[in-house]
Amino acid sequence: MAKRHFDIKAQPGFAFLAMFTFAALYLPIATLVAYAFNASDSVSIWGGFSLKWFVEAWNNSAVQDAAWRSLVVAFFAAAIATTAATMAAIATTRTEPYRGLSFKYAFINQPLMVPEIVTAVALLIVFSRIKVWTGYSGLGYLIIAHTAFCIPFAYLPIRARLESMDLTLERAAADLYATPWMAFRRVTLPLLRPGIIAGFMLAFVISLDDVVITEFVKSGGQDTLPTYMLGQIRRTVTPEVNAIATAFLALSVVLVTAFFFINRQKT
Amino acid sequence: MPEAKPSNTLSIMRMRLGSPQTSIWVQRMPEPTGADDKRIAIEARGIVKAFGQGPSALRALDNVSVSIRENEFFTLLGPSGCGKTTLLRLIAGFEYPTEGAILLHGDDIAGLPPFKRPINTVFQSYALFPHLTVWENVAFGLQMLGKSKADIEARVAVMLKLVHMEELAQRRTDQISGGQAQRVALARALAPSPKVLLLDEPLSALDYKLRKEMQIELKRMQNETGITFVFVTHDQEEALTMSDRIAVMSRGKVLQVGSPWDIYDKPADRFVADFIGETNFLKASVVSIENGVARVMLASGTEIVATIAEGFQPRDSVTVVVRPEHARAVQQGGQLSGSIENVVYFGTDTHIHIKLDSGELFTVRQQNSRTQSCGFKVGDRAGVEIAPDAAQVLRD
Ligand SMILES: Nc1ncnc2c1ncn2[C@@H]1O[C@H](COP(=O)(O)OP(=O)(O)OP(=O)(O)O)[C@@H](O)[C@H]1O
Ligand SMILES: [Mg+2]
Repeated sequence: MAKRHFDIKAQPGFAFLAMFTFAALYLPIATLVAYAFNASDSVSIWGGFSLKWFVEAWNNSAVQDAAWRSLVVAFFAAAIATTAATMAAIATTRTEPYRGLSFKYAFINQPLMVPEIVTAVALLIVFSRIKVWTGYSGLGYLIIAHTAFCIPFAYLPIRARLESMDLTLERAAADLYATPWMAFRRVTLPLLRPGIIAGFMLAFVISLDDVVITEFVKSGGQDTLPTYMLGQIRRTVTPEVNAIATAFLALSVVLVTAFFFINRQKT
Repeated sequence: MPEAKPSNTLSIMRMRLGSPQTSIWVQRMPEPTGADDKRIAIEARGIVKAFGQGPSALRALDNVSVSIRENEFFTLLGPSGCGKTTLLRLIAGFEYPTEGAILLHGDDIAGLPPFKRPINTVFQSYALFPHLTVWENVAFGLQMLGKSKADIEARVAVMLKLVHMEELAQRRTDQISGGQAQRVALARALAPSPKVLLLDEPLSALDYKLRKEMQIELKRMQNETGITFVFVTHDQEEALTMSDRIAVMSRGKVLQVGSPWDIYDKPADRFVADFIGETNFLKASVVSIENGVARVMLASGTEIVATIAEGFQPRDSVTVVVRPEHARAVQQGGQLSGSIENVVYFGTDTHIHIKLDSGELFTVRQQNSRTQSCGFKVGDRAGVEIAPDAAQVLRD
């Protein structure tokens, strides 16, 4: 029987390529997770099952410190980015299309296009100047830097939600005597909430994950979890790094799954 | 019988549409009196609404002027794209006119935003707030007006009762049926007691039976609340049965404003006659005119009398319109003759399609008798008897 459609699954080598891709994606992660439970000191020789590296990491004050810093930075960066992104999304969707609007999209999404290392170097130069002038060297710099690259990630789900929202609902609110501000608070914002939460979570995960910009911007002793891990790997590698990575992975999976479900929610 | 005056438009139109044959003998009903001295609720003056700019601009409304009276059930009727929704949106304040003024009780409101207009809308898609319950939806307008809690509770209770939705007050609006959503939308729009209620094809999403029920309910609510209703539909039967007055629109213009009687019996032009109900068109030329009645000669050479408006001259070529229910197929006599093309049985009545000797097609509609069929078969010769006063001359 002749095939009527082009069927990619029927092409020679498809199965092999698929298997290879999955293996390349997941085998290293599977190995990493497996060795987190290794009883021996090696990340390549299996010495039996144990949770000792998790306990070790948990009790390591440097890890605790970096983890806490990661969460604080991610929380504030995501919160500020989500607020800015919400305003940007409303300003770019609740308007008649005009010349320059697509330029604004590009402008908001700029961090997605500019290579991260460029942003990192630029921020390093600017912040080092400011540090000299103000003498301030706290977490603020990291939070601002993370906010900047988190905005497009928060912006996208919020804008998608606004675009799919029925405009007649806002019109109905105005028709029922709601001022623009009240219409926003009582109708647009509640309906936008899933988009905002999704945007926040995405921004949070992106911030948690960042290495390059953090590495450049952080002051001494301001390691986040990823930069701490990077530092560790340069010295002796023990399965403690695997344990931290595994915990990190679990957290990301939980957040991304939650993001997925919230984004699917209808109202 | 000719002087019998049914109590309201609804029942008159039921009679006319439901059993057409009876209406042959009650055709010249006077327009319900006392309407003209009513105060004007909404007036649109020379409204132009253009979308786009320059020569490619689309004139969705082209110099529209209508006056809608207080407590009136006013209908905007016209085919898709004729500008009904646009006019409604201008009245509600979602769009602003390119030219012209909109007056509410004599005050120009063209510049007021929607939330400052005492006008509410029932949207075609209902636009109920999905994150609020039925109760909260109905209370929304009252809350925005800053009414007290006690007032709101009392008013919402009254409104929910009016639309028979008391039991479902705490339901989310995505968990109710289409008909229920429609009633909630109505209650929500009526709750703040607007001066004018705008309804944009509110019944078009409902099935036939529910639609008929809601037509009666809407009429009842309009009577009970005394609010001016501006109702949009493209369904001519709906317009005829429900309205006090109808504005027939086409391509951004208002062609005729009048009671259902006027529109149906005295259509101003060919478009209106064609759009409202079925009608027969016959080519003719004017022979003589006297006191608003003309003798016209049809293509077959027969002369008949027909009502005629001002501005025609003898020898003008014109179109004569005759409603199918205003004519009868007869075995002998009649002003027209032809052969039967088709006989279609409709339960209460029969439609007989006749090919006239002039080549034109003519349809008559007559009521069925219990005991016998209409007595014609395809191919039979037949005459057409046009009821006195039924023919009308229209401009092409
Ligand atoms: N925002 C707009 N921009 C451009 N053209 C528009 C806009 N809104 C309406 N139109 C045009 O104006 C005309 C009238 O539209 P309108 O929605 O008033 O029609 P309608 O009579 O309500 O039709 P329907 O019965 O299909 O709802 C249409 O040709 C439509 O395409
Ligand atoms: Mg419309």
